[in-house]
Amino acid sequence: MAHVADTVENAIATPDKEQPYGALGLKPDEYAKIREILGRRPTSGELAMYSVMWSEHCSYKSSKIYLRQFGKKVSPKMKEHLMVGMGENAGVVDIGEGWAVTFKVESHNHPSYIEPFQGAATGVGGIVRDIISMGARPVAVMDQLRFGAVENPDTARVVHGVVGGISFYGNCLGLPNIGGETYFDAVYQGNPLVNALAVGVLRHEDLHLANASGVGNKVVLFGARTGGDGIGGASILASDSFDKTGPTKRPAVQVGDPFAEKVLIECCLELYKNELVEGIQDLGAAGISCATSELASNGDGGMFVELDNVLLRDPTLTAEEILMSESQERMMAVVKPEKLDAFMAVVNKWDVETSVLGEVTDTGRLVIHHGGEEIVNVDPRTVAIDGPVYERPVAYPSWIDELNTKTAAVLPRATDGAGLKEQFLELVASPNLADKSLITDQYDYYVMGNTALAFPDDAGMIRVDEESGLGFSIATDANGRYCQLDPYEGARLALAEAFRNVAVSGATPMAVTDCLNFGSPEDPEVMWQFSRAVEGLADACLEMEIPVTGGNVSFYNQTGSNAIHPTPVVGVLGVIDDVARRIPSAWQDEGQHIYLLGVTREELDGSAWANTIHQHLGGRPPQVDLGREMELASLLRGASLESLLGSAHDLSDGGLAQALAESVVRFGVGARVWLDDIIDRDGVDATNALFSESTGRVIVSVPREDDVKFQGLCDARKYPVLRIGVTTGVGSDATLEVQGQFTVSVTEIRERSAATLPKYFG
Amino acid sequence: MRIGVITFPGSLDDRDAQRAISLAGAEPVALWHGEHDLHGVDAIVLPGGFSYGDYLRCGAIASHSPIMAEVIDAANKGMPVLGICNGFQMLVEAHLLPGGLIRNDHGKFVRRDQVIRVENNTTAWTTDFTAGEEIVIPLKNGEGGYIASDETLKQLEGDGLVAFRYMGVNPNGSLNDIAGLTNPRGNVVGLMPHPEHAVEAGFGPNTEVRMRSGVDGLKFFTSVLEGVLS
Repeated sequence: MAHVADTVENAIATPDKEQPYGALGLKPDEYAKIREILGRRPTSGELAMYSVMWSEHCSYKSSKIYLRQFGKKVSPKMKEHLMVGMGENAGVVDIGEGWAVTFKVESHNHPSYIEPFQGAATGVGGIVRDIISMGARPVAVMDQLRFGAVENPDTARVVHGVVGGISFYGNCLGLPNIGGETYFDAVYQGNPLVNALAVGVLRHEDLHLANASGVGNKVVLFGARTGGDGIGGASILASDSFDKTGPTKRPAVQVGDPFAEKVLIECCLELYKNELVEGIQDLGAAGISCATSELASNGDGGMFVELDNVLLRDPTLTAEEILMSESQERMMAVVKPEKLDAFMAVVNKWDVETSVLGEVTDTGRLVIHHGGEEIVNVDPRTVAIDGPVYERPVAYPSWIDELNTKTAAVLPRATDGAGLKEQFLELVASPNLADKSLITDQYDYYVMGNTALAFPDDAGMIRVDEESGLGFSIATDANGRYCQLDPYEGARLALAEAFRNVAVSGATPMAVTDCLNFGSPEDPEVMWQFSRAVEGLADACLEMEIPVTGGNVSFYNQTGSNAIHPTPVVGVLGVIDDVARRIPSAWQDEGQHIYLLGVTREELDGSAWANTIHQHLGGRPPQVDLGREMELASLLRGASLESLLGSAHDLSDGGLAQALAESVVRFGVGARVWLDDIIDRDGVDATNALFSESTGRVIVSVPREDDVKFQGLCDARKYPVLRIGVTTGVGSDATLEVQGQFTVSVTEIRERSAATLPKYFG
Repeated sequence: MRIGVITFPGSLDDRDAQRAISLAGAEPVALWHGEHDLHGVDAIVLPGGFSYGDYLRCGAIASHSPIMAEVIDAANKGMPVLGICNGFQMLVEAHLLPGGLIRNDHGKFVRRDQVIRVENNTTAWTTDFTAGEEIVIPLKNGEGGYIASDETLKQLEGDGLVAFRYMGVNPNGSLNDIAGLTNPRGNVVGLMPHPEHAVEAGFGPNTEVRMRSGVDGLKFFTSVLEGVLS
């Protein structure tokens, strides 16, 4: 790239100069479009801006036409509590009592494969800055992780780096990590998924939107200095699949400094509190290019910026590099001139370096000067909003019909109790179901003192108001194996499961965020998977009447022709009027009755049982009846309001067997369980009773004195319920007895479950 | 009774310490690291966190913050000072307590509900405990491994200056299972576990009885409250 400034004047004078648009990730027709918009060739600075902002990562050019469904498929009820919907830095939901919650999940997949520690760390940092830019105090984080096969030697490198990075950044930021997911599957070998979710809380009146309004208002850059890290990260990393023959892309990954971000959080909150800013925009992908063009597009449309005023970590950076740099822990504020002194007093208090870059104008142009010369002069909307939109070719996958016929129903099953016990223990110890303490013990969930539930509970829960006990609950889910079998149903299943996980905590589901992780959009079969998953999720949200408030799309999770399983991570946020009402996911007391809510069907396709026992994936994912899921959630809420439940645990991966295992291991309280009633009523065998992954099911424990009330509640709501057991002894001789089948000591279950991750990653 | 909680850049558990003080019945006073003013408080808490990003060494930069001159002076005159986690590291860096804290022996950050034994119940922050009482306090740190010379260790043990000891599991490789110390006068106490996270039922550590019900940490704050009042 030219080191002598390529000015607008120069661009006009040298129309035929060859420009490296291809290396910046732009296609020839996109480059031609830029020339058409400008009526000349772009300067190198403009080219840098367009290339990052028109990348798949920033522009959503392949997904936009599908994502519109989330805005269209809405009912009045879905808008009722929505204060800010899709399109802003993060959605905002009214949770009552004058409080609002903002939350969002985002991907940081590609950087986390190249440089796991920094990639994962800056993923946390980036999503937290989105939350701050809404005027909220961040209060919790969680991560959705997909790694390659446990036995592949490269997996340990990625796991250690990613977990270490999340632990380092999140703990140092003082944000409780309250949940998340960890799965291992060979399909993620070269393309691990590292999604990061953050939640913030704010009073209604503190809501801020990032836009540059008010001609003459100052545009201020503050936080860390701008360096050479992450240059081109957005366009080159996120828009290109990995190819083993390519050059190393390590320098394009950003480096995080959580201390700088922690100080920035406190500084921003003080700026908001003292009403010193019109708006604050975070700097993430595409750095200054993104912040200036988005702020200007969302405001009065014009901005003048003096690039020489950017404080640099490396003085040799060119103008183009400054525009593209993804240095972390930076924010851009719009400040009224008369408030600038007070603004500076706050940033100085926090020792945050700050420089005034320019001001808001009414020219409709984003003009950037460097070295006294004009190097950018564009309509900011053409950069930030009106990027290319593609209707990519879509093709029904050639392999999917055959895959759907390969049902797991024909696989051999255990013939006696001893065989079932063996399979039960094999599942408990399988990497995806095993104890994740090795990972979660590295996360602080105590900080802030408001964590009511955290892993291994089904959902994380945070108290928002210390007086009233008002709080929120949040859970995320995505079963890539189900989505591979049927992406439409898979997305609906992900929503149903996250919804159920929030409901079992005692909260009422209210809003959704999603992170859609897929292969290459240039592969028509991947595009089909994407279109079906989005449609499934949008339809399901409409049916359950909870809105998608924001999220993120990550394409190109693919190496060569091997795409990941479609992995639409769905996060559901719920509200609870008093966190004292929360329901833990495991029983704590002897002598409580155990009930199974819901019906068990012959549904082993795509299950953990099929995967672990038979290394099998085929057939159709479990059926899901969203109306039933809503009835179940309402029933659980009713039971929670009357404090009838000792515990409630969602049945999903591994079915009833895994839910029982987790319930006994957690607090060491044993159980005696019988399968006969399930087998008789639902017409399934013992294998299905234990391992089927039928939806709409939860196990609850109920104190005996509340038995009648609870049964009455179920009868009144006509939800299928069976008493399947009783909780038994505590202590070293506690057991899980599945009557007529097998008995296993709680200690053995715990040991088997706890041994797996340390074996590979200890 | 007013107890100051000093916020340094990168302090994380400062609001939690303030909440704990309120729950114990005292008045929390927010103090800022950059001031030379203790605002007339009766006792001081140095909270947990990653002050100054823990650059150089944990607590090293914070121990030279402006307000630390007043803290050291007050401590030497007998004011109760409690250093929690990063605050313990600051006390060590400020030479108010001996030894050093290094990276956990297993190399990872660890968060766990930790059983510790109160070895010395005569300090300003431990009088509400019985001697030898075993309590559950959340622990969360990356650099909590206590080290000291043989001579110092011998002196600490001989003089009863080991205030708390890890039980069951030594979570970070601390010598002699040391979780916390007191100075000979008993007014300056530092420990790696976080008593301010075991003060409110529903949000504390798990106990044998109930999930997240542990409130053993409250006695740290009631101890100092009673001491100052008497």
